[in-house]
Amino acid sequence: MAFKQMTAAEVSKKVINKTDLFILDVRNESDFNDWKIEGRNFEFLNIPYFDLLDGVEEILGQLPDNKEILVVCAKEGSSVMVAEMLSEAGLDVFYLKGGMKAWSEHLEPVRIGELTNGAEIHQFVRLGKGCLSYMVVSNGEAAVIDSTRMIDAYLDFADDIGVKVTHVLDTHLHADHISGGRRIAEVTNAAYWLPPKDAAEVTFEYQPLESGKVITIGHTAIDIQALYSPGHTIGSTSFVVDQKYLLSGDILFIDSIGRPDLAGLAEDWVGDLRETLYTRYKELSDELIVLPSHFMIIDELNEDGSVAKKLGTLFAENHGLNIADETEFRGLVTGNLPPQPNAYQEIRETNMGKIEPDVEKQREMEIGPNRCAVR
Amino acid sequence: MNSDIVLDAKGLACPMPIVKTRKAMNDLQTGQVLEIHVTDKGAKADLAAWSKSGGHELVEMAEENDILKFWIRKG
Repeated sequence: MAFKQMTAAEVSKKVINKTDLFILDVRNESDFNDWKIEGRNFEFLNIPYFDLLDGVEEILGQLPDNKEILVVCAKEGSSVMVAEMLSEAGLDVFYLKGGMKAWSEHLEPVRIGELTNGAEIHQFVRLGKGCLSYMVVSNGEAAVIDSTRMIDAYLDFADDIGVKVTHVLDTHLHADHISGGRRIAEVTNAAYWLPPKDAAEVTFEYQPLESGKVITIGHTAIDIQALYSPGHTIGSTSFVVDQKYLLSGDILFIDSIGRPDLAGLAEDWVGDLRETLYTRYKELSDELIVLPSHFMIIDELNEDGSVAKKLGTLFAENHGLNIADETEFRGLVTGNLPPQPNAYQEIRETNMGKIEPDVEKQREMEIGPNRCAVR
Repeated sequence: MNSDIVLDAKGLACPMPIVKTRKAMNDLQTGQVLEIHVTDKGAKADLAAWSKSGGHELVEMAEENDILKFWIRKG
């Protein structure tokens, strides 16, 4: 029987369409437990490749005969070896092209909706890491928001639809992934906007993004209004796009809220976080559609693969917005914090321009889930 | 630390460092130590997990100029 490759893009479609898939993950147990491909109808078996060097006969009974089987490892090599052994044993199997490395880097563009005068907003879903970034397109121009380091995904997308990137924005100084903002700005000559309170130590030129600032994309005046909303970081800034969408950065997610400890101590910013969520956001229209910069679990995805929900719905359903008692709130966001994202200090320094690791090192720094939220 | 055999697995990508380690281990007696040099960062967690599952002891690990060195005592 044969073994074939399956790309990260093909796996993404299965996640979004909730297709059945059996994943044989041959990484070591701790890597698997830390971070894996998630899908509503995915089944998993974790057997490290080094336990299969003598043969795969012992696991054949654990593999289904009515489902596609995908063998996954860190970088591809071991999954090819195991897939080949399985095919020699008579099975039809796939291996994940580029392994978890490719899975972590894949961006799936999803059209969120239309804005005034035919403008559009697109979400780039990084399924492997739970990162979300955005492109607002209007009248031949585009703004990229919270971009990942895979900048070709945005540049190619802009080329394909014939628009020029004129503005690049980050809602805050990221600690879980390396921003591509500065490089996109360099390549396209766009302006790079950062909240000044997060940019105190950056080594490069930027435009200060302050509350009340309005950035216009295209002649048709799609406005991006900055709204100072500290809590995840001291500078965290949300954007209201075309009075319709609220880009909430890492402050508010669909089923969780931002953690306040990745750039300092949780105690320092828990008050800011509370004020942003319970006062500043309360003053906004319930009809705004929240577009966050992360998701944590696959259940936060809508039917079309997008991650978006009305602010009013979140005020009703998101546990983090419904803790009346301030002490209890403080307990939630300072007490029971999940482990920090991999290499988060180095990632912050990279985003400040203080260190410039090569691509291989950047990949390694970003391995694993984003862990920017508390539930 | 002292070793009985040194295995050079530098430049090899997963799964080869483990495949070679396993092979080299077969030539050792219980209690002898195998020293392994690798450049694949993934080997770090994998060699530790492999040693454990195979009943061997990962005695020491060091990193010098992007080269990872492991000393594993055969169990």
